[in-house]
Amino acid sequence: MRRRRVLALPLALLLAAAAPPVTRSPDSTDLPPLIAPDGQTIGSPHRGGTLRLTADAGAGTADPQINYNSEMISLAVNVYDGLTAFAKRPGDPSNRPVADLAEALPAPEDGGLTYVFHLRPGIRFSDGRIVTVRDVVASFQRIFKVNSPTSGGFYGGLVGADACLKDGAHCTLAGGVVGDDKAGTITFHLTHPDAEFFDKLSFPHAYVLPADTPLHDLGNDAPPGTGPYRIVSYDPNHGMLVERNPFFKVWSAEAQPDGYPDRITYSFGLTDEAQVTATENGDFDYMYDNVPLDRYGELGDRFPDQVHINPLFGTFYLPMNVNLPPFDKLRARQAVNYAVNRLAMQTFYGGPAAATVLCQNVPAGLPGYEPYCPYTRGADFAHPATAWKAPDLALARKLVEESGTKGMHVTLVVPNRAVEVAMGTNLQNMLNAIGYDADVKPIAFAIQFTYIQNTANKVQISLSDWYADYAEPSDFLTALYGCENFHPNSDSSVNISGFCDQTFQDLIHRAALVSVTDKAAGSRLWAQADRYLLQQSAAAPLIQIKKIELVSKRLGNFYTTNLYHLLFSQAWVQ
Amino acid sequence: MSGTSVMPPARGKRVKGPWEVAARTLLRMPSAVASLSILALLVIVSLAAPFYARHVAHTDPFESDVAATVFLHGEDVPVMQPNQNRLHLGLTPIGPTWRPSADLLGADTQGRDVAARLLYGGRNSLLISSCAAILCIVLAAVVGICAGFFGGLVDILLSRLMDVMWAIPVYLFAISLSIVTVSHGLSLGPITIRSDSLILPIAIIALVYVPYAARPIRGRVLSLRQAEFVLAARCLGASRTRILLREILPNVSTTLIVLAPLVMALALLAESALSFLSIGVQSPQASWGTIIEDGQGLIYTRPAVAIAPGLAIVITVLALNVLGDGLRDALDVRETSRRGSP
Repeated sequence: MRRRRVLALPLALLLAAAAPPVTRSPDSTDLPPLIAPDGQTIGSPHRGGTLRLTADAGAGTADPQINYNSEMISLAVNVYDGLTAFAKRPGDPSNRPVADLAEALPAPEDGGLTYVFHLRPGIRFSDGRIVTVRDVVASFQRIFKVNSPTSGGFYGGLVGADACLKDGAHCTLAGGVVGDDKAGTITFHLTHPDAEFFDKLSFPHAYVLPADTPLHDLGNDAPPGTGPYRIVSYDPNHGMLVERNPFFKVWSAEAQPDGYPDRITYSFGLTDEAQVTATENGDFDYMYDNVPLDRYGELGDRFPDQVHINPLFGTFYLPMNVNLPPFDKLRARQAVNYAVNRLAMQTFYGGPAAATVLCQNVPAGLPGYEPYCPYTRGADFAHPATAWKAPDLALARKLVEESGTKGMHVTLVVPNRAVEVAMGTNLQNMLNAIGYDADVKPIAFAIQFTYIQNTANKVQISLSDWYADYAEPSDFLTALYGCENFHPNSDSSVNISGFCDQTFQDLIHRAALVSVTDKAAGSRLWAQADRYLLQQSAAAPLIQIKKIELVSKRLGNFYTTNLYHLLFSQAWVQ
Repeated sequence: MSGTSVMPPARGKRVKGPWEVAARTLLRMPSAVASLSILALLVIVSLAAPFYARHVAHTDPFESDVAATVFLHGEDVPVMQPNQNRLHLGLTPIGPTWRPSADLLGADTQGRDVAARLLYGGRNSLLISSCAAILCIVLAAVVGICAGFFGGLVDILLSRLMDVMWAIPVYLFAISLSIVTVSHGLSLGPITIRSDSLILPIAIIALVYVPYAARPIRGRVLSLRQAEFVLAARCLGASRTRILLREILPNVSTTLIVLAPLVMALALLAESALSFLSIGVQSPQASWGTIIEDGQGLIYTRPAVAIAPGLAIVITVLALNVLGDGLRDALDVRETSRRGSP
């Protein structure tokens, strides 16, 4: 996923379903969260009250199969369910898909091409209707009928998906998703084995909705779901009201536990600065937006108990357009990798407590991550350092000279937020220092990401961030550098570098295939792919960031998952 | 000035030219002299920016260096200082040390010396505002004189054009033009102006204030056109060009001079606003507006970063306005006549 707001595009081919544990930040101030016994909260003294959330703006459409915005998704996980879900457990176990509306995770059949799910009986939508096999099949068809942003990337591997992608209105997924009402089963047929199939089913766009849900973007009208809450009203200009789903009963504590608060309200319109003040004062329990850097000192001094720092599969990186001068030259790209001051980037993001220096494309905690650093002073690929030390400007200047690109004009495109503009100024200095004539173009945060994707804008180099849709390296390697995600002249081309290399394609395909049967071997192959990509320098990795969350003094049981942050249903407000 | 030079000189006395009279009058005004002194001082210290940065502060105010240190109280102190709170969240740039050799006014989020940037920023702010004021006055003079002197259709066309331009809020107009040009620069046939060129803010600011300056000039020309000395010149068979250059223009020059500092003050404010919005002076160059923007995120912890350029703007604009008032008093013919009358 992309950014704190707009989640990213999918992709991803094959890989192991489970990920190794993520190292938990030693500076995390979280207390061990209390998980409701058996997922039940009835009888708990903490059950009840109103959880008050705030964000600077609304979260886009309330249609859960279309919205790709982390603000809405982090709320929707408490409202909707799919056949599978990422476990609602704190920390690392939350990376793992578990059975949700399905009774169990099925074993793959036909060499990984077929999965047969048994639907749990008796689960009701928030309007009282029973969830049926027909609802499940219709929901998967709807993904294509409403042109969900992940329809091709995540669900394009289903049999019949090709036809649906061409003609969504008449999508049947014939032979791809087959329901059997009598047996209560849904059978999925894939065109090729996919080790990330459960991850994709757990993604919010695969939520199960009633079969008669309108086949268009629902706008502000949220459809019924099966989770412990239902969205009662939503106005993107003002706020949202969420109340208990009267038909909810716990069927799986780790897939969908019951909620503590009786009501959740979302208020939109406050700036991030005002949100900090209001949350400090107890007017809100949680602010969605990132805490502005200038408030870090104040939070640390006066409100340390209300701040939670958690690891995140999120990175900042510098994609370089390999199809445009000067970065069509390998040495020019490598020069940037040697010259960039990663420690400065960490400083701009808030220092070591808020981010760590990153030398690879795959962030720490994911399969395929190896702690080494080839692009730092005194190191190279033959003799990589164990950690980043300092930029090597002399070598970078030499590489620029050798590339024949010295003196070229380079424009760096950055989002116009304070942190990114500060990073951009430093990067501009760096580009000038190694021999380019650089300027920085700050573009509105809301449009910068699509702007830098479109090749028509001829962006040479840009600053971007990227958050994982799920905890797999393919979400960073295949998504951002795979040929299948490079679409010239499109705003939806997350392979911003335009990197399309057959050797790399072979490596990631092999890594995905091997991961189906041997996760450890697959992990090594992902690492190999990452090394190759680093040598090709399609981008310069900068930092891996942490999520810094501010809550009210009264909020208890801070319960965060790696992908969706604070789990609202488990927060105590009384 | 033709209009005043027809007065016969008193016998036996050296004739004082109108400029000399104006200069003497101006220098007798303490507020005007103080303003001139302040402006001169600002220009001098701004011109001394490279010297200050290189030989006093020993820094490059355009180079981002968050790992820099300054020598203070016998030790090297990091410019970016980790917050000493329980969470160790964030870093804060060093505050004012009041020592010219060690970040006199502190550092900004890039670790750059604010005092040095303030001086460099002053060069750009003063350069842009003065050039914009001159260009604006020249353009306004052409428009105002043509409209007032030729009258008729020329006057109608030019006056309505000025009305339309003036109907658009000045800052909105300037922001719109800046946004268009700041992304790709400006190409006019064979001439290409880069997006980071100072010519762009100069031209934009000058253009948006042309109606402000052109109106009084037109009014002055309209009255001068009916003046006796102009009628006399016409009767003597002087050509239009001669009348414009020898009779009208010299008499309009006082209006232009009085307008200049006022337009410069407005231009300085506009430049600061555009730069604050990142559509004026482009990074890594500095102006007082960009430094205020740099200090925006530090307003709680290091307010000096934003306050220092803010004060510089206030002082400069105040000095320009007071100077403009003084010039008006010194150059206004009616005022001079009144003061000279028994």
